[in-house]
Amino acid sequence: MTRTDLCDTNMSDAKTNGVFLKIDGGRVAESLREVLQKLDSPQGEAVLDFTAVRRVDAAAVQALEDLARVTASRSTKIGLRGVNVEIYKVLKLMNLARRFSFVN
Amino acid sequence: MSTSEAVQEPQAIPSAVIATKKASPKPLALKEDRIAYLDELVGRARTAAAVFTQYSQEDVDRIVKAIVIAGLEQAQYLARLAVEETRLGVIEDKAVKNMVATEFVYNYIKDKRTVGVIREFPERGIVEVAEPIGVILSLTPITNPTSTVLFKCIMAIKTRNAAIFSPHPNAWRSCSEAVRIMYEAALKHGAPEGVFTCLESHDLEDNNYLMHHKDIRLIDATGGPGVVKAAYSSGKPAMGVGAGNTPVYFEKSADLNMAVVDIITSKTFDNGTVCASEQTVVVDDEIYDAVLKKFAELGAHVCNEKETRQLASTVIDPKTGFMQPMAVGQKATDIARFAGLTVPPKTKLLIAPIQGVGPDYPLSVEKLFPVLAVYRAKSVDDALKVCVDINHAGGLGHTAVVHSRDEEVIRRFSEAINAGRIIVNSPGSVGAFGGVYNDMVPTFSFGCGTAGGNSTTDNVNIYHYLNLKRVARRTPAHMWFRVPNQIYFNLNAVENIGQPASRSTVIVTTPAMEQIGHVDIVRRHLAPQTLVHISIIPDAEPEAQVIAQGVEALNLYKADQIVALGGGSVIDAAKIMKLKYESPDADLEELAAPFMDIRKRVVDYPTEKTRHARLIAISTTSGTGSEVTPFAVLSDKARGVKVTLADYSLTPDVAIVDPQFVMSMPKTLTADTGIDCLTHALEAAVSILSSPYTDSNAMQAIRLVFRYLPIAYEHPENEEARCMMHNAACIAAIAFSNAAVGVNHALAHAFGARFGVTHGRANALLLPHVIAYNAAVPTKFMPSPNQRGYVAHKKYALISDLLGLGGDNTEEKVGNLIAATERLLDQLAIPRSIAELGISQDDFERTMPELVKIAFDDPSWRSNPRMPLVSELVELFWAAYQGRGTSKAAATPQEQMA
Repeated sequence: MTRTDLCDTNMSDAKTNGVFLKIDGGRVAESLREVLQKLDSPQGEAVLDFTAVRRVDAAAVQALEDLARVTASRSTKIGLRGVNVEIYKVLKLMNLARRFSFVN
Repeated sequence: MSTSEAVQEPQAIPSAVIATKKASPKPLALKEDRIAYLDELVGRARTAAAVFTQYSQEDVDRIVKAIVIAGLEQAQYLARLAVEETRLGVIEDKAVKNMVATEFVYNYIKDKRTVGVIREFPERGIVEVAEPIGVILSLTPITNPTSTVLFKCIMAIKTRNAAIFSPHPNAWRSCSEAVRIMYEAALKHGAPEGVFTCLESHDLEDNNYLMHHKDIRLIDATGGPGVVKAAYSSGKPAMGVGAGNTPVYFEKSADLNMAVVDIITSKTFDNGTVCASEQTVVVDDEIYDAVLKKFAELGAHVCNEKETRQLASTVIDPKTGFMQPMAVGQKATDIARFAGLTVPPKTKLLIAPIQGVGPDYPLSVEKLFPVLAVYRAKSVDDALKVCVDINHAGGLGHTAVVHSRDEEVIRRFSEAINAGRIIVNSPGSVGAFGGVYNDMVPTFSFGCGTAGGNSTTDNVNIYHYLNLKRVARRTPAHMWFRVPNQIYFNLNAVENIGQPASRSTVIVTTPAMEQIGHVDIVRRHLAPQTLVHISIIPDAEPEAQVIAQGVEALNLYKADQIVALGGGSVIDAAKIMKLKYESPDADLEELAAPFMDIRKRVVDYPTEKTRHARLIAISTTSGTGSEVTPFAVLSDKARGVKVTLADYSLTPDVAIVDPQFVMSMPKTLTADTGIDCLTHALEAAVSILSSPYTDSNAMQAIRLVFRYLPIAYEHPENEEARCMMHNAACIAAIAFSNAAVGVNHALAHAFGARFGVTHGRANALLLPHVIAYNAAVPTKFMPSPNQRGYVAHKKYALISDLLGLGGDNTEEKVGNLIAATERLLDQLAIPRSIAELGISQDDFERTMPELVKIAFDDPSWRSNPRMPLVSELVELFWAAYQGRGTSKAAATPQEQMA
């Protein structure tokens, strides 16, 4: 998957409001790090689509922690969509759930 | 953006703050960079544990198998490393330990589920679901260093936990190597990064800090008393497994050769470093010499008195009374050399005879080296006492061994000794590991129970590394429906009492029954050859003396049949007479003990009977239904109490419901007993113990009462009405015998007894108010596993429909039922209020505390659909005082809630 696959073609550029990004279930940590690079706007909202993600590893958790830290310092809101219960539980155990909102 | 509200989680508190706030002795002694290092270690483990929660059983089992193989492959290497580093034990034995810790443990856990649903108990409606713990701090000992690490790694992976290892400082290299081997194998097969870590170096302050770290969820400490105590003192959930002092009873019936070999095998295994190994062998006098001779033949050196003293002063610290560390895990020959003893070069074990246990006998303590104390016991009792002494000298909760072929000796030993593992006819150390000499769970962590300061006596295993969640499904209790063997009803039903023929019958009855000729009717229908004796008793609640006289008559006439002819009191008396006649030792006071569920009651009614008598109950009133109930009331006037007995064994064998015996009932009695019957049926209908079986009876009884009671009251000679009311009373009693009654009876018992009002009348005064009360939204619901929600108001509405009272909704129907009940009471000339009985308001108010107390203590309300508060009992009493017409059907639950 190339970097362009991260952005839904119907969605606007990540530097503006209302970004929708699909996370690749096969390379979750890398996808999240790429998101981090794209979110260089000081404010705005982004929805990360986790529908294709079955499981997160330690690197993905680290990337989510980085993402939460960076966005918190910028007034950027991150919504996670389609997070399964197992991943949601990991986020709760890591005290990360409160740092994202969850999109149905 | 459509988002759900982020759930607030507690803010993470920096570990350093925790360390400062918690009761760690000197947390600030750690430098900032060390704290950062430890925090990072825990952070990695925490992430690993969180990620691990997503793994399936298949994932876990794949990794477990891989690390078990890795551990097995490196068993010898790790054993060598451990001995080189610690200078304790024997390489060959440590290799065996490593293999047991991997292969044997794997054999035990491989097919066990540790993810998701792990056990199901369908018959109990319970499912157990596993929940990992998170990060476990594992402290490992110097004596079994690598085997303990291998074991705990396997346990952690199998249960999806992360583990941080803090090895004994003198076993750090070998342990960290063991962790590395297991971690690499685990990682290679998909385990989360950071699942195992080992402290880079060792500092007691590290342990202290980690034990208080907020993200450490469990401390699993295997080691000396200090480390175990520290773990338990941390305030974290902990498993601390420490020292022992294993007593061995070598009883005269034992297989001498096998036992000696087992003891040598165990005590020399890894040079005695296993804390479950034998410490003092208590040998029966009869075999003492032979046992010592056998030890000597097999390579043990039996010390003389002087050698024993030398040995004790060398290997036991005289100040502390504990073993000298320099002796731990050393060979017997080396220890002999330290002590200045001359022993053959191939000596395996040093045996030191002692004459007692305690400070005067230094070798009676734990010795983790091949030195074994022996004691010559004069008798079994002497041997057991000495074993208890050893057990209490540092070995509580740990391990004990008995060699015997006498099951009684083994039983007595097991009862006398407090040890989590009592090993029979096998080696203590290898036996305690489990899975080798016995079927105990394989482990390297021996729980010593509360006596040993531990939380468990188990061989610590995977289930101690899991939080078990019990998913408990609602399981309706088994219900029942029990009635007398035979019920004969309708006119002349009494004709059925002649078969089977009785040899000797005692008729229990009252003077009135005899006077009006009812006794003669009964006599006529008994078989001609039956010897008949009449036992006349007062027409009142039976007293102990009356029962005693009745039992005397039964004994005198060797009765095989009792006929109870009368109202509830007479039938109750006959039930109790039968009980005492058949089971003379029955303690009525004990049998009257309160209970909540008749199936779970504490006292058992006697089933062993010395005699048998058939009880035929012929009721002469149409109310109590005692002829079919399992209850009986005894009045103990000497103590001023009533004893209520309840058990289905009290139920008469035969019930005769013959209206000819009630045709002469006076009007008032007809009214009162009829309303008693109605109350039985109404309360049984809404009881939490009601069932379709009891409902059918309750509803039919209610229908019969509303139809026939007014006729029987107004036209006592109406045979049909009398017959139907008599049947109604019996049918209602069948319902409440199985579904019980409710708060109406609790209140009526208290009020009737205090003011001398008949039971039926007392019930009547309360009945409309109780219907309204039960139909309203309860302040407190009664736990009722057999009901689907609150249904009392619906049941009343159903009854209303059955009576054709009309109404468009539940509330109206309940209101109509109350109104119909009030009309019936009016028809029967039942006073409209308690006040109408002439009881003054002041009197009633003064009595209220006592009334309420008695009502609250009455067991009847325990099956009421609504749990009555004390304040509600007061309100109900006052409502009855004010009288009928004041109670309105409360809004139904749904309507009130709306």
